[in-house]
Amino acid sequence: MPLNIRTYHDLTEADASGLPEQIGAQRLRVAERVGRIRRVIAVMSGKGGVGKSFVTAHLARALARAGQSVGVLDADLNGPTAARLLEAGGARLVIVDDAVLPATGADGVRLISTDLLLEDGQPLAFHGPKADRFVWRGAMEAAALREFLSDVAWGTLDVLLIDLPPGLGRFEELADLLGEAPEVLTVTIPTTESRDAVRRALRAAIERGAPVLGVVENMVGGTFVGTAGDDIGREFGIPVLARIPWNPTARVWDALASNWETGS
Amino acid sequence: MKFLCVDCDSQMSFEERALPGDGTLAAAFRCPTCGRVVAMLTNPMETQLVASLGVKIGGRTIDAQPLVTIRGTVATGRADVFEEGGGQTEARAGGPSWSAEAQERLARVPSFVRGMVKKIYVEYARDHGIEEITPTLMDTARAELGLEGM
Repeated sequence: MPLNIRTYHDLTEADASGLPEQIGAQRLRVAERVGRIRRVIAVMSGKGGVGKSFVTAHLARALARAGQSVGVLDADLNGPTAARLLEAGGARLVIVDDAVLPATGADGVRLISTDLLLEDGQPLAFHGPKADRFVWRGAMEAAALREFLSDVAWGTLDVLLIDLPPGLGRFEELADLLGEAPEVLTVTIPTTESRDAVRRALRAAIERGAPVLGVVENMVGGTFVGTAGDDIGREFGIPVLARIPWNPTARVWDALASNWETGS
Repeated sequence: MKFLCVDCDSQMSFEERALPGDGTLAAAFRCPTCGRVVAMLTNPMETQLVASLGVKIGGRTIDAQPLVTIRGTVATGRADVFEEGGGQTEARAGGPSWSAEAQERLARVPSFVRGMVKKIYVEYARDHGIEEITPTLMDTARAELGLEGM
């Protein structure tokens, strides 16, 4: 004879663990931090090796030179480069009460990155059971991203650039944590292969509700040949904000920083 | 997560949490009607999944420390990356003292996470009106707060 068991929602007393409340408090903490940031912009691409981090760091510096308060959150937890690109390698992170102060890099850009946290040359590795790490590793990385959003005292920022790893997984986590999809700046190189990978990622981001600022075509005028920037711009009706040559000057980045505000 | 005593049709109450130190977790729940106690036992993988959510079975008794998951679980962290910058908590005067054994034990905590662990024990002692931190207190706090690996 089956037991007549009440189900979860039938039990009306609060449970002592209050896990939903604990999760809710985490979300609130993220919202409070992000609430002081005027714009959160994800720099993404479906393709690896197109220079997202390079573009992120130099765009951040250009915006800072233009007088904006800028932060960079390096969400490429396994391949972090922000500290080196922003000349903050080896910086210490100061803990004050319930927050960590971001490091300060070139041109005053504030940043947080696993690049700062890890021993030189060491991968991001977690304590935990050795068997079946695939089960929990992704959850740990999502938790690290959440803590970068909730526990770093960014202060008041005009722009927080979030440098995403290739693919869509981290973007999905980011959108979940923020409660809505952030604005997106996409980066490609000129090749057809890059274009096709970026198209897929961009379509998924748009379906998630992300406004797309435009596309930056990187590594133009060298080995890589193609029209990916124009193709993506045409397909999605977004501007090509910059074509970055090999060895770009500060003027190129300043122009990008200027263009993205006007969408030209 | 809720537990129901089916015989009594009563929702069970959280009783206590224990961390044996082997990566597993035990949480006991008691039926308020008949007094029966059941224990939920999680294996290391399940315990790790709960930890990754940044939540505590049985609820939190002190506020979460900044970057608690990162500082508590990253195995390849740079030893000197964190610097305690003071603030209101540090500024509170009259903190508990540390016994020699407790200091020795704290010194064995990896430096990447030591500052946070120290702060947690100090706050726990303060919250309980305890003047000296000893290894026994550290064990109690560790189990009560769910500080696996600390």
